[in-house]
Parts: sequence; structure tokens; C-alpha cells
Amino acid sequence: MSEAKAATMDSVWQGGGSPYAIGSKKFGMWLFIISDALTFSALLVAYTYVRLATPEWPKPFHFSPSIIFSSVMTFCLLSSSLTMVMAVHSMNHGNRKATVGWILATIAGGLAFVVLHVTEWLNLINNEHVTTSGNEWGVPLFGGTFFALTGLHMTHVIIGVIYLGIIAFAVGRGKFKYEDVEVSGLYWHFVDLVWMFIFPLVYLMSAKI
Amino acid sequence: MSNHSEVVEHVGGTTVTFSYVWIALLVMTGIEVFLAYEQLPTLIMLTALLGLSVIKAALIIAYFMHLKFEKFSLFLTLFPMLVLCIILMMLIFMPDSVRSLQMRIQ
Repeated sequence: MSEAKAATMDSVWQGGGSPYAIGSKKFGMWLFIISDALTFSALLVAYTYVRLATPEWPKPFHFSPSIIFSSVMTFCLLSSSLTMVMAVHSMNHGNRKATVGWILATIAGGLAFVVLHVTEWLNLINNEHVTTSGNEWGVPLFGGTFFALTGLHMTHVIIGVIYLGIIAFAVGRGKFKYEDVEVSGLYWHFVDLVWMFIFPLVYLMSAKI
Repeated sequence: MSNHSEVVEHVGGTTVTFSYVWIALLVMTGIEVFLAYEQLPTLIMLTALLGLSVIKAALIIAYFMHLKFEKFSLFLTLFPMLVLCIILMMLIFMPDSVRSLQMRIQ
């Protein structure tokens, strides 16, 4: 082993180093994301279990408005992920004004998602008479799993919007560094990623044809 | 503090690359919506939609979340156990789900 390599190994094993070459905030966010991914995975597996085991599973999602709304919601989240990437890119180049602009665009995408989602929920509750414990098709687990999954995800989106609002405010005042924006971006992309599974499994698998 | 002093060494994709990834994600979402209106059996539909979702998730993780540009050891620390846990959950529960369905149909 060369002397340089041995010195690097020593510094890693003696502590104070960064074996993954990333900061502790970013590594902490990655660990949170993995644990949260396991939570959503368990919920999605539970949903898929009851979905497959129930032959009379309801298909209440009409093309208009449900599938159109959920597709536009997907577009909003995907586009907000792109604007978040641009925010991180701008911060990397030291352009705080552009960073704030891109984060505000990301927040707008998140808010549009929440407004459309609440509208879709109200449509399901008022027009299809679905609650968390019952519906007219006699499959109470449909409402239970639907509201649990989409509700937990929407909570993540709302927390993300607040988180990004704080980041945008601080960056605009000259506080926070590149890593802080990048870490908030990781969280936002994760929220987007989870929706990439909820949208097909919950909405498209139960689209009314 | 000048803006210049905030610039840090950062290796990653370009904005053009990120735009291509975004377009690819939108196209795959369109394919998913199209597939939803094809009269496919539930298990085949589930496999196709999950397959596309996994590709979309991989693109988001690799490019938007930047994992492609991080050290490989970070990926090895985080993802194999996550994938293993998900596969275990599916291996344990899905056969029972299909068995339950067949019992109800009979």
C-alpha cells in the first residue's frame, strides 16, 4: 500500500474524516430518506396486498376529473423537481437571487399539487361517497388505504413546501450555504419519487374504463 | 461576502441533462396513463406499471438526487438493504395475496 493511500485510510479510521465525501447534513438526510422510503414501501405493499386479494376492488377514478387531475399533479411534481435542480445549480454558482426564484417556482408546483389533491379528495368524498371506513361498493379497505397513502404523501408535500419556504427566506437574506439548499432538494426529490409509485398503483390501477 | 467566494467544487450533470431526464420522466408518465386504458390482466398491468415506476425512480435518484455523481460506497451503504427489505416484503406477502384471491374466487 502506498504511503498516500495508507495516510488516507488512517484519517478515515481515526475519525473526523468523511468516508463518503459528503457533509453530515446531507448524509443525515439520506438516512432519513431511506427510513421514510421503508415506511412508504410497507404501506404500498400493504395496499397492493389488499388490492390483489380483492376481486371486487372498486374503480372509482373516472378519466375526468380524477385521472386528468392526478396526471396534472404528476406534471406539477416532476416540474417542481426540475426547478429544484435549477435552484441547487444556481446556488452552486453563487447566484442567490436565481436560487430564491427557482425555489419559489418549486413551492408553486408543490402548492398546485396540494390544491389539486384536495379537490380530488373532495370529489371522491362528495360525489363517490368514499370515507376512511366505508363506501357504496362494500370495500371499506379502499378508503382506508387510499386516504392513508395519499394523506401521508400530501403531509410530506406540505412539510416540504414549509421547509423550502424557510430555505428561500434564509437564502434571500444571505444565510445558509450550498449544502443546505442541496439537502432540501434531496427531500423534495424524494417526495416526487414516492408519487411515482402512488400515482400508477393507486390511481391508474383503479381507473374506471 | 462576495458571491464568488460561495462557489464550491461540484461535479454533476448539466442543466441540459436534467431537462432530458425531466422529458423522459414525462414521456414514461404518458405511457403509464396509456397502459391504464389498455385491457390488460391485473398482474401484467401491475408488473408493467411497477417496472416503469422503478425506471423513473432510478432516474430521479441518479440525476435529480445526484447519487450517480457521489462515491459508490454511499450507494452501497444506502440502497442494497432497502431493495432487500422491499423484495422480502413482496416475497412474503404477495403469494399469500394471490392465494387469498383464488380462495375467494373459488
